[in-house]
Amino acid sequence: MQNDNIKFSDQSLDYVHSLIKRYPEGKHKSALIPILHVAQAEFDGWLSPAVMDYVASILKIQPVEVYEVASFYSMFNLKPVGKCLIEVCRTSSCWLRGAEDIVSHLENKLQIKVGQTTSDGMFTLKTVECLGSCGTAPMMQVGTDFFENLNKEKTDSLLQKFRNEGKRRTYLDEPETRNV
Amino acid sequence: MGKKLLLKNDHIQGIQSYEVYRNTGGYTSVEKALKSMTPDTVTEEVKKSGLRGRGGAGFPTGMKWSFLAKPPGGARYLVCNADESEPGTFKDRYLMEHIPHLLIEGMITSSYALGANASYIYIRGEYYYITRILEKAIAEAYKNGWLGKNILGTDFSHDLYVHVGAGAYICGEETALLESLEGKRGNPRIKPPFPAVAGLYGCPTVVNNVETIAAVVPIINDGGEEYAKVGIGKSTGTKLISASGHINKPGVYEIELGVPVEEFIYSEEYCGGIWNNKKLKAVVAGGSSVPILPAELILKTAAGEPRLMSYESLSDGGFATGTMLGSGGFIVMDESTSIVKNLWNFTRFYHHESCGQCSPCREGTGWMEKVLHRILEGHGKMSDVDLLWDIQSKIEGKTICPLGDAAAWPVASAIRHFRSEFEEMIEKVEQQKNLKKEFSV
Repeated sequence: MQNDNIKFSDQSLDYVHSLIKRYPEGKHKSALIPILHVAQAEFDGWLSPAVMDYVASILKIQPVEVYEVASFYSMFNLKPVGKCLIEVCRTSSCWLRGAEDIVSHLENKLQIKVGQTTSDGMFTLKTVECLGSCGTAPMMQVGTDFFENLNKEKTDSLLQKFRNEGKRRTYLDEPETRNV
Repeated sequence: MGKKLLLKNDHIQGIQSYEVYRNTGGYTSVEKALKSMTPDTVTEEVKKSGLRGRGGAGFPTGMKWSFLAKPPGGARYLVCNADESEPGTFKDRYLMEHIPHLLIEGMITSSYALGANASYIYIRGEYYYITRILEKAIAEAYKNGWLGKNILGTDFSHDLYVHVGAGAYICGEETALLESLEGKRGNPRIKPPFPAVAGLYGCPTVVNNVETIAAVVPIINDGGEEYAKVGIGKSTGTKLISASGHINKPGVYEIELGVPVEEFIYSEEYCGGIWNNKKLKAVVAGGSSVPILPAELILKTAAGEPRLMSYESLSDGGFATGTMLGSGGFIVMDESTSIVKNLWNFTRFYHHESCGQCSPCREGTGWMEKVLHRILEGHGKMSDVDLLWDIQSKIEGKTICPLGDAAAWPVASAIRHFRSEFEEMIEKVEQQKNLKKEFSV
């Protein structure tokens, strides 16, 4: 069912239409995953059924075509998440260099377990599979940024920074950790 | 110092920008191909170079290109696989982040050879920040006439787009990638038909890894024969190796194929030795899917020859005593590493990433993860080792795509080379249980 309150900003709508133009005529469904990223960034970091229905209406496809895709890919959140979704890599190369310690340190500091959100809605903690940061392990992704070569001190100062800034971080943000 | 073909300029300040890239010889392969070569002669040079797919399978690139169906009038596509999700692999990320124009140049030259007027770079969603780097570079390429209509005044027109995924290892499999690019779940397709006949939108399509496409640039600039002089035997050219784990200098290294493994691990030019003065225990040489080898077998083949970083040498001895070059994800483990726990880590990964289409993979990966977990938690039985062997043998070769094999091989090789470690872990727990029984009587 369509909720009239859910609408992309004009700027996002322009971007969404430019995404659709990347694919041949009649193949606009290809834009679904890129558009879901825009939707997740714009609508509080997760994809509610109403948001997915809205995306379906833009692409003129059935809502179920959106649900089945959104539920397949690990970057799409089908439940609300905190402003900072902390995704710590747990796969081999990161594990070999101390990812487990980083996870338990974060659990202690935030007083939550993996999969939970802090009561103030600021942080959600998640473990994820290999993010291609094996040479700079251990690491976590928060929004678009990779924070690498982590230790407890570095993790603490990052939490402090996120708290001070208090803003929602998304995959579509301007990256701040790279200098290229 | 080995020869560098892809990363020879990555240290140059500002190489990410069009001006610096162009001033250091960038885009000459496009000029050469479009002005003085036919599409078929470009493909011929790639064949002569002996280049093999750098994503992991190692299939000859020129041959893959020559399979592309060319029905008159229809669209054809080149799709770049930038999904890089094989644990231990981060070379494509490095290349795209540091020299984005090299990939774009390779895409244009390769598309010319294939007669593709549109191409896509499918990049994993977690690399979202790199899409910005690529899109900026693509905009520069359009502005300077390397993309768009009638490039360099020729008949060849080309549009290049970036497409972002959303987190799914399976989308590195080329038909799953195409499904995903069409806006669907990443379920691999049944083959045939192969993408060369019916790929993206049912059109003939070539899917190549980032590094493979980048390697087309030096091949066209210097000629296929020159490229084939680099490397060793059928392992021609250079390879980007992602080195990680318990080493002093993790990172991406471009090696000339044929460097001895021992030199790669211990020399200051590459990994710089094992960290904390520890001893080497095992290596996963080509990304998580390839068989793990103990120190003695990764440094030397079963016949006692020095093992080299090449397709042939790493696979010498088959799976009994050898492994694979794979994606070049080189994970090093020191003497303190628990092989059982690392295997559980890998198996959890494959369970998480199985798309669920084929029952042997969907059920088998979860079953293996559970058995390994109970061994680690002290509830294992001696029969569990044979059970694991049995499960993996019933996944391998019985699935639509190679994810099943990729999940089976780490289990088989860990048991093959480190069986005693599993048994000791289980035995210790059984002894403790017996002790408890004795005292409680």
